[in-house]
Amino acid sequence: MSSQPYDVVIGLEIHVQLQTESKMFSWGGTEFGLPPNTQTDPVSLGMPGTLPVMNRKAFELALKTAVALGAKIAPFTKWDRKNYYYPDLPKNYQVSQYDLPFSTGGKLDIPPRKDGGGGGHCALTRVHLEEDTGKLTHGVGEHSEIDLNRAGIPLLEIVGEPEIRSAADARGCLEELRLTLRYLGVSDCEMQEGSLRCDANVNLHIHKDGRTIATPIVEIKNLNSFRAVEKAINYEADRQYEKWKRDGLTIKDAPKGTWGWDDDLERTKPQREKETAADYRYFPDPDLVPVVVDEAWLERVRASIGELPAARRRRYETEHGLSAYDANVLVEQGDDVAAYYDAVVAAGGEPKLASNWIQQDVLRTMKDRKVAIAEFPVKPDALADLIGRVGRKELNTNQGREVLGRMIETGDPAEKVIELGGYKMVSDNDAIAKAVEAALAANPQAIADLKGGKKKPEAVKGFLRGQVMKQTGGKANPALVGELLEARLSELLA
Amino acid sequence: MSLSTEEVAKVAVLARLRLAPEELETFTGQLNAIVDYVAQLQALDTTGVEPLAHGVEVRNVFRDDARGPALPREAALANAPKRNAESFLVPAVLD
Amino acid sequence: MNDLLKDATVTSLLAKLEAREVSSEELVRAYVDRAGALGRLNVYAHLDADRALERARAIDADRAAGRPVGPLGGVPVAIKDVLCVEGEPTTCGSRMLRDFRPPYDATAIVKLREAGAVLFGKTNMDEFAMGSSTESSFHGPTLNPWDETRIPGGSSGGSAAAVAADLAPASLGTDTGGSIRQPASFCGVVGLKPTYGRVSRYGLIAFASSLDQIGPFTHDLADAALLLKVISGRDERDATSVDRPVPDYSASLDRKPESLRIGVAREFFTEGLDPEVESAVREAIRVYEKAGARIKEVSLPHSGYGIPVYYIVAPAECSSNLARYDGTIFGHRAEDWSPRYPGEEDLHPLVRMMMASRAEGFGAEVKRRIMLGTFALSAGYADQYYNQALKVRRLIRDDFDAAFQDVDVIVGPTSPTPAFELGGRSDDLLSMYLSDIYTVTANLAGIPGLSVPCGQTKTGLPIGLQLLAPAFAEESLLRAARVFERETDWHLRRPAIGS
Ligand SMILES: [Mg+2]
Ligand SMILES: [Zn+2]
Repeated sequence: MSSQPYDVVIGLEIHVQLQTESKMFSWGGTEFGLPPNTQTDPVSLGMPGTLPVMNRKAFELALKTAVALGAKIAPFTKWDRKNYYYPDLPKNYQVSQYDLPFSTGGKLDIPPRKDGGGGGHCALTRVHLEEDTGKLTHGVGEHSEIDLNRAGIPLLEIVGEPEIRSAADARGCLEELRLTLRYLGVSDCEMQEGSLRCDANVNLHIHKDGRTIATPIVEIKNLNSFRAVEKAINYEADRQYEKWKRDGLTIKDAPKGTWGWDDDLERTKPQREKETAADYRYFPDPDLVPVVVDEAWLERVRASIGELPAARRRRYETEHGLSAYDANVLVEQGDDVAAYYDAVVAAGGEPKLASNWIQQDVLRTMKDRKVAIAEFPVKPDALADLIGRVGRKELNTNQGREVLGRMIETGDPAEKVIELGGYKMVSDNDAIAKAVEAALAANPQAIADLKGGKKKPEAVKGFLRGQVMKQTGGKANPALVGELLEARLSELLA
Repeated sequence: MSLSTEEVAKVAVLARLRLAPEELETFTGQLNAIVDYVAQLQALDTTGVEPLAHGVEVRNVFRDDARGPALPREAALANAPKRNAESFLVPAVLD
Repeated sequence: MNDLLKDATVTSLLAKLEAREVSSEELVRAYVDRAGALGRLNVYAHLDADRALERARAIDADRAAGRPVGPLGGVPVAIKDVLCVEGEPTTCGSRMLRDFRPPYDATAIVKLREAGAVLFGKTNMDEFAMGSSTESSFHGPTLNPWDETRIPGGSSGGSAAAVAADLAPASLGTDTGGSIRQPASFCGVVGLKPTYGRVSRYGLIAFASSLDQIGPFTHDLADAALLLKVISGRDERDATSVDRPVPDYSASLDRKPESLRIGVAREFFTEGLDPEVESAVREAIRVYEKAGARIKEVSLPHSGYGIPVYYIVAPAECSSNLARYDGTIFGHRAEDWSPRYPGEEDLHPLVRMMMASRAEGFGAEVKRRIMLGTFALSAGYADQYYNQALKVRRLIRDDFDAAFQDVDVIVGPTSPTPAFELGGRSDDLLSMYLSDIYTVTANLAGIPGLSVPCGQTKTGLPIGLQLLAPAFAEESLLRAARVFERETDWHLRRPAIGS
């Protein structure tokens, strides 16, 4: 990055499918992955005589998103037709928004990178609502197939200013957007399923002899994973620099080009230019009527927006004392997991312990069992109770894990599991001292290793601590085990 | 103003209409006549006049987000000029 | 002619059906026979006699069993071929849609069915409703029942001729710039274009979405009131349909207005107005005066711009509305799209497929309007043409708003001339376009308009009187027209056609 004599200039154009039951203008469904042309209705097929009627939910989800992104909501907005002929567009016009989009401005957060760079935000030009197109599949033979299941699904177009300066930031920005949209419940943002799509406008500002030279802009299409976004931009930046070194062409010498990303070859490649120069002949769609958004409506939208990820991270760090890393892990799991964590803390769970237990035990179990947090059998107050016992040293961590395992299996509260299983942490000095002796007697090689100095002492001690725990059936207070073992070893090694 | 046959030919491609050379001639003449006729509007001063897209102006018409029955695939494809069992077909499009 | 159909109106036929003097099946059979005998008029593009008869029998059975049959129970109504009827050919008079059968009904059709009407035949029309003569149809021209060497007007010429020739007691048409009122005047029947948004456009194959409106053709105002009530109302499938109560137009029709202020717009009596038409309209105004109405001259200063505004707005919308006919999802696809003319080699086969399909599927007038509209919206011209036209459109509506401060309705000629000869204007586009000069402004302003028979030329061609009212004032429009109808007998005249 810094080693190169240029800045990469990136502007993102993002399309997001809104999570509605029915299409933007008609009653057809919005499911992904159904057999071709089984999810259409006469309106979404653009059949003669059919008319669009705006889906209220789609408009409200769009409003919610724009408000959450800090955009300015237009008091008056309308729908325009963007006219162009393409087989995936049944009416040969797309209902979109031209000169009066429902929202302008706003920003996307760019999260800090692991290398410490990044951070800040990227200003938005506009957010508007439009309808999705169908899908064209290029078969092997002389025909292409058209599937119109997707045609008419509500689509939010988010256009960013060219303010991003690295591929990693572009990726981070997009990941943060996905998280925000999932928190808002406006989209599932599955890039593989196309409910989140990204095009990137890329060029370079090359610094040479105190001047800045801009290279021609390339729009990279078909970026269908976060990895692809990052790789494609890096690839394209290198390519543009090498090309500029060869031909010296600048932004003034060439129009914007349209390129695609080849995921297999991991390279960008030019797409065939359109047959005719684009002339979309936008005009207001006479089948639809304008929308007026008043302050009361906006107020209702604002009230429906919960705490967004950035604010939640801040709260976990400042109010709960979590590390930035832990706060981020919890928030990134999504609103439902973070809400679970909040509930554990609200029920008296110590924040750091709660965070650890959720990150390790709860998330792992959810993953193993493929269940959502809502179906996780241990409710927040039960988990708070359990980790309280661990915190008060009634149980050691291993015992806590076992108890949690039983709680998950049986659905019983911690108290009952502990009683039935006889879980109690042994903090009796004599008993633990006996166990230390027994463990040392059973493992003379360990003492030899410590004396010989060939192995790392910490590893050997760790092994011995495990052996002591084993002697106590896992019930010993681990702090006490460490303390007594250490004391005995220093005697032996003195 | 006067539209040339080249300009009219460009409009024809934009409108996806194949025109024979003689049709192009005829249309160029006719379009010029109509365009000249409608050009009288430009003499009107419309400063400060809001465009009117509908005679009857209504606002905020929505439908509820309710899913209805899908059109059976057979019915969806029934009017297609070219199709297979599940899709509409067009001459191959390659990127 | 079968005596049953002599002087028939919807109202008279309903009375006979209710009195069991005739069955719906007999009635439908009589109309089917007459359609066969008068096939030369080319009124019907498609007539499924079996389906109509089956429906008639079902209604007869309901009536016999004492089940409710609806306000039109058993009466045949002809349908302009621009309205979608599930499973029936709906061609719009175009080769493009020759084989199109919609899998849905237009909302107006649903309402007719619910009212017990027997859907009877799809009537011929100008291709995609673009025209004023019904000559541009793929099915060939429809003849005027009053003079078979003349056109019936258009674009709803088939629906007007159907009623005039007693091939149906009523029909539905559509009006974008005068396409109901002008053929009504040419065929000597009543034709009503409702307020924009009064009747749902769902299932009406669009020509110009901001102007199109569905309305009835009938012999008299009582029938028009009846049909209007049936088809009106807000529809959740049409965002531009307006949520307002639908009055009982029939109930109020014969209540004479306590005071009636008739506006006469001087702009409707300009050069180009046929003297016979003018004198018939002037006579009609005297009839109003004698009936106690107050006559007031009003001005619609921008109405002269109606045709130029219309010929930008309507083609612009049509260029987009008709883009979907490209031989992909429905409609005609060319067999051969290999390069034929210079420059085509450079085009992608898909582009050529669409261009060839549209070239074959559309007739000349449709292509002309698509070209005009594409041009008017194109980069560099949109401001000059399309946007300026929308501003003048508002001035036209403001004119009406001002005029209706002083008067209840505005009357004038429906069209400047009576029906012209077949092929008479096909070379002169502008004179064809000008036959809508008095009707287009109502579409641009969204207000309702009505044409009623008000006279005949010396050679026996019908002349129509147009009445215009403020938006959603159909009730007073019909009542005002009824004042004239009550004093005259023009609506009772029928063409003398042999069969
Ligand atoms: Mg298409
Ligand atoms: Zn878009």
